[in-house]
Amino acid sequence: MRILVVEDDKDVASFVVKGLREAGHTVEHADNGRDGLFLAASENFDAIILDRMLPGGIDGLRLLETLRGQDNATPVLFLSALGQVDDRVKGLKAGGDDYLTKPFAFAELLARVEALTRRGKNDGPATRLLVGDLEMDLLSRTVRRGQHKIDLQPREFRLLEYLMRHAGQVVTRTMLLEGVWDYHFDPQTNVIDVHVSRLRQKIDKPFELPLLHTVRNAGYMLRAEEV
Amino acid sequence: MNKLKFLSFGLSRPPAKARRPARRYPWLLIRSAGIRFALVYAVVFGLSAFLLAISLWYSTLGLLQRQVESAVRTDIAALLEHETIGGLPSVISAIRGRLADAGGSDGIYLLADPSGNRIAGNLDRWPVGLNNDEVWYQLPVSRNGESSIALLRAENLPDGVRLLVGRDVRARAQLSMVLQKGLIWAACLMVVLGVLGALLIRSLFRRMIGNIATTTRAIARGDLARRVPLTGLGDEFDELAVIINDMLERISRLMDGVRQVSNAIAHDLRTPITRARTRLEDAARYAREPAEMEQAIERAMLDLDGIVAVFEALLRIAEIEAGSRRAAFAVIDLAPLLRDMDELYSAVAEERGLCLQTVIQAPLPVLGDRELVQQAVANLLDNALKFSPPSTVILLTARLEESVVEISVADRGSGIAEQDRDRAMERFFRGEAARNTSGSGLGLALVVAVAQLHNGTLQLMDNHPGLRAVLCIPARG
Repeated sequence: MRILVVEDDKDVASFVVKGLREAGHTVEHADNGRDGLFLAASENFDAIILDRMLPGGIDGLRLLETLRGQDNATPVLFLSALGQVDDRVKGLKAGGDDYLTKPFAFAELLARVEALTRRGKNDGPATRLLVGDLEMDLLSRTVRRGQHKIDLQPREFRLLEYLMRHAGQVVTRTMLLEGVWDYHFDPQTNVIDVHVSRLRQKIDKPFELPLLHTVRNAGYMLRAEEV
Repeated sequence: MNKLKFLSFGLSRPPAKARRPARRYPWLLIRSAGIRFALVYAVVFGLSAFLLAISLWYSTLGLLQRQVESAVRTDIAALLEHETIGGLPSVISAIRGRLADAGGSDGIYLLADPSGNRIAGNLDRWPVGLNNDEVWYQLPVSRNGESSIALLRAENLPDGVRLLVGRDVRARAQLSMVLQKGLIWAACLMVVLGVLGALLIRSLFRRMIGNIATTTRAIARGDLARRVPLTGLGDEFDELAVIINDMLERISRLMDGVRQVSNAIAHDLRTPITRARTRLEDAARYAREPAEMEQAIERAMLDLDGIVAVFEALLRIAEIEAGSRRAAFAVIDLAPLLRDMDELYSAVAEERGLCLQTVIQAPLPVLGDRELVQQAVANLLDNALKFSPPSTVILLTARLEESVVEISVADRGSGIAEQDRDRAMERFFRGEAARNTSGSGLGLALVVAVAQLHNGTLQLMDNHPGLRAVLCIPARG
């Protein structure tokens, strides 16, 4: 994937660029708003990681508004030290697709960027999700693995749906909290781990090949092949 | 002098004083609000007293005048009737009869021939200046050699004979004199009372403003414990004093908050930062193998994450306390929200060998921020899970009672000692039982902030044993 990083802090920028390249992406970097806007408008990217406060007269919000004004729908993830709810709302209103507050863990950033690009690709209303021999019918709201029907609680169904829509990608705990429970804060208790492990009991326990994997220091991943 | 001093309390900072334009001298008095109020009081009081006197004057003397006039009119009408029936002799005898009847009373009669000579009556001669008929005159007259003042009216009879009827009004004139004197005295008294009242008002005003001025000046100098004393009368000044005291209370609470937070930052953040730094430095100096180094870095990162979490919780509380989230308030039903939380947490409780029981009434409408209420309840549940001994019950109840939504989380843990309960809601407080558990000591402080933002309360109670935390939010709709 081609990713544009607009970030003025040298250390943060080089760390992010390095990490993304290591994860197999092509990365361009701009260290001010003007260059960032020029690059974003003139070239094609799969995603943009955008700082809110930038030198050069154009801050992150302005940049994004200008970009959206030109009908450019490239997914944008804000990476900002401005962490108040208001800031977050402003960022999303300006056309941002996700908002991550500094300081951040790289795993979280990577997971969210990859989730963004996936969201951009298949927007079509799928009625059936398939990962390995695990199959989810969104219309009849049933789940099967191989020949076996799996009974899920409504919330477990939504959790599995989220994981299946992001199959092959790392999904972090905060992403699950936001995406499945609509919670925008971190509870002190490991609520997500408990629910994922319950789900795992149902979809993996009786079968030979595990689908739901724990990714150390990052989150979870649903995939059919061996990791 | 004193007055000028208190006037300037609002402008007591030197630069403001220097900028103040020089006023002309006479207006200095008017610039005192106390004197202005006193003056207004005196003028209003004087005017009303004056109006009262005038109306008294006119109603008393006017009434007398009208009574006399009507008596004279009746008299004239009767005499004219005598004339119609019995001619002049009848009139003469009627006049004589009246004079004899009344003795030395107020009645004045004169019947004169065309040349002005007396035919009958008690007046010596036709009064000078009385020329027109059927008009009221008030003239000095001479009656039996005695001079007096009379209200008179003349009437033409046939053959050029003229009839004059009147009443002696000397008594009325005397009354008017008495009234006049009385009113002058009253006016003097009024001025004295007005001035006294004005002085009283000014001193009252000054004392009240003085109280407020002294207090606020002391506060401006940094003595935050001062409050405006109440008079206990429950008047407007008391009301103002209460409002100002409330404001001061809030300011000092905020100041305390800031102080507490900076102390806490100094202590509670310095400790993990020190730990992280030590770990890194230790690794940099003594680590022999990459694995050792990696482990140190990882643990330092965990420490830093902990610091960030504390930091974020602090900012969040500050954000909530600032009250800006109120702008996004909407009417929400807490019942489905709480059921979601029940679903989220009961799995965790089960995992830990606990049981989360829930009784949730529906609907539970409040005006609020769903995310904040979620977080507040999550914090209460986190605490309950953390402090519950194995295989006990955590009870989450929510009900609507007397237009208050009451959310209660009760556990069977060690609870919080009674003397610690108030402090438990402050930032960074860690109870005895919590010393060795993880956590920042900010959970309940956040719940309190959320409760206050929603005009609600958080109460901590004994659950015999354990803790019962009750979050109350005013219901809506």
